[in-house]
Amino acid sequence: MTLAPANPAHQLQLTEDGQLKHFLTTEGLSKSILTEILDRAESFVGIEKQAVKKVPLLRGKTVVNLFFEASTRTRTTFELAAKRLSADVLNINISQSATSKGESLMDMLWNLEAMASDMFIVRHQNSGAPHFIAEHVTPHVAVINAGDGRHAHPTQAMLDMYTIRKHKGAFENLSVAIVGDITHSRVARSQVHALRGLGTEDIRVIGPKTLVPSSMETLGAKIYHNMEQGLSDVDVVIMLRLQKERMNSGLLPSEHEFYRLYGLTEEKLAFCKPDAIVMHPGPINRGVEIETSVADGPQSVILKQVNYGIAVRMAVLSMAMSGQASAAGLSDTTEGVE
Amino acid sequence: MEYSTGGKTVANLCIKNVRVIDPDNGKDDICDVYIMDGLIESFHQSPAGFSADFTLNGEGKWLLPGAVDLWARLCEPGLEHKGTIHSETKAAAAGGITHLCCPPDTLPVIDTPAVANLIQEKAYQSGYAHVLPIGAITKNLEGNMLSEMHALQEAGCIALTQLRGPIKDTKVLLRCLEYAATFDITVFFQSQDAALAKNGVAHGGINASNQGLPGIPSTAETIALCRDLLLVEQTGVKAHFGQLSSARSVDLIANAKARGLAVTADVCAHQLAFTDDVINGFSSVHHVLPPYRNESDRKALIEGLESGVIEMICSDHQPHEAAAKAAPFAVTEPGISSVETLLPSSFQWVKQNCLGENRWVKALTQNPAQLLDIDAGHISEGSQANVTLFDPEGTTSITAENLLSDGKNSPWLEQQLPGKVLLTICDGHISYKG
Repeated sequence: MTLAPANPAHQLQLTEDGQLKHFLTTEGLSKSILTEILDRAESFVGIEKQAVKKVPLLRGKTVVNLFFEASTRTRTTFELAAKRLSADVLNINISQSATSKGESLMDMLWNLEAMASDMFIVRHQNSGAPHFIAEHVTPHVAVINAGDGRHAHPTQAMLDMYTIRKHKGAFENLSVAIVGDITHSRVARSQVHALRGLGTEDIRVIGPKTLVPSSMETLGAKIYHNMEQGLSDVDVVIMLRLQKERMNSGLLPSEHEFYRLYGLTEEKLAFCKPDAIVMHPGPINRGVEIETSVADGPQSVILKQVNYGIAVRMAVLSMAMSGQASAAGLSDTTEGVE
Repeated sequence: MEYSTGGKTVANLCIKNVRVIDPDNGKDDICDVYIMDGLIESFHQSPAGFSADFTLNGEGKWLLPGAVDLWARLCEPGLEHKGTIHSETKAAAAGGITHLCCPPDTLPVIDTPAVANLIQEKAYQSGYAHVLPIGAITKNLEGNMLSEMHALQEAGCIALTQLRGPIKDTKVLLRCLEYAATFDITVFFQSQDAALAKNGVAHGGINASNQGLPGIPSTAETIALCRDLLLVEQTGVKAHFGQLSSARSVDLIANAKARGLAVTADVCAHQLAFTDDVINGFSSVHHVLPPYRNESDRKALIEGLESGVIEMICSDHQPHEAAAKAAPFAVTEPGISSVETLLPSSFQWVKQNCLGENRWVKALTQNPAQLLDIDAGHISEGSQANVTLFDPEGTTSITAENLLSDGKNSPWLEQQLPGKVLLTICDGHISYKG
């Protein structure tokens, strides 16, 4: 059988010697790289408490926040992360820019590259868009995926991993449940890949069949349609946001029925281990996927997740930038040999 | 029907010791073929008064009837930035094709005699291949009102189709088929349920789900195919089912034939070669419709060809400018540039003993010619010379520079395929010489 050469994202994002040079997906990343991200993030936590909230790792670099989809928290945490690394940051809101006038993505990239950008942080409504950009940018420009379609949201997944490690230590013997709209969730896919990479065996996804694709099993997750079974003795429960438009497209009868079956109430939380933590990538819909007393309760780590976001993104940005530098160094050496 | 291509010098030539494979005439012999004044004059001795402009040594080569391609987009009128009738028929000739059908999704749509005539006239002037337009069965392919089917038939439309686009409702579809049946017009289906396929860009399976790409399930094809088969049975319209992609579709066609329905089916050559595994790199050259499905589907399509449930192989040629494919997967335009790889990409299954030589030749020549009811797909003494000289031991190297099509969107770029088209003769003149 003939196959055209493909460039899976997990190959594209690594240098020849296995360092991160783009960050497109958590899929296929080794435990050591995933752990390196978490360790490096650890070293950045607390930097905001210093008198000078900056480290010079990206000094003189230009980072472009290229957001084709609206976002407040992800964009601002990326911006803060880049600034704390001493980079110059350019925010481009595409809904106000030239693509709405018909300029192609390629033309736009070339224009931005002409401004000597060193890194693109991309959020896009189409799955694979950051991958496409990474394939076409000039060598030595790093691409960071800030969420693409339903495909991946790797920095969100890594800050969730950071949160889990912070509270639970190791990943190997954990049971983790992800609840809600898995089908449309780039976060869930990236979380499952990251958990697998870090050694978690018991990963569960819970929801009705309209929101949980059977393909999740091929990623290494077990599928549950019932909260009592799915939450039984888990260490971590991650609730996903339920988009209102899911009701209109016939995926659910009502918010009420979803809440009754899959909303995380105190009663359902009791199925988990007593020390289980409750996570949510936000923004939360109180009374739709989670009860207020659970969201604000002692087991909730939802607000802490937000805090870790900046440190994790600093880690990823600095690793990708040094991966690019090392890739450039490697190719220089090759040229020297020739 | 009579067709001819205009303005080209007709050569007298002799191909010595060539294996002539012509399933239509039950012929499979090694002989010397004399082509004179545009006609196949003799298989054995030099005809009286014959003087060869040139003589070819056909040893080890196959002389096949010119291929008849049921689906090939020429992009003219309206999409000349992707390809023109001239460039794409020239490419088709390089692919060993002498006759091709072009679908109606041009700009404007082929829903008036004027557009059908324009295409045929331009193709005649180019002279690389016979072009048989397929008309739209509804006005502007919008699925609401019937097109002037009889006028389109008179203007040379070989069949009518709605392509993959939806028809407003089943009643309008029924009326379309009844009206077409009145005039004995063949309807080409590309069965697809609009709601199930909506926004989809890849097979609705594991790979699309894991990549976060909106999927098109196999049932989008099979549900519509069931409906279409039942309406064909009810109306008695002549029907052909194009571009099957799933194993269940092959079963459904086999069942329909078993209960006596005179329907036919084709498959795209690339559907025999790829599965949806190839979308994992988001490579937009693999964005095709219908989408590549899984390995069991791919195998069932090859088996369907070998068993005769699927009678024909088409290219579904769809050239694109580079920009149409230079974007994130879901927003790229579907389709591949494939007239030039039609023969070698399907010949690989003959090489691998998955498909008989005779089946392969029939699927590309005799069967589509019979479906279209045209004088083609055979090599008979006294008939117009529409033939392809094929080297079964050669290889075709596919590069952007080698492709004559304006579209360089081939999934086989920088690869080699077995077999090579050496020469194509369309109505006795040389339309391609490698």
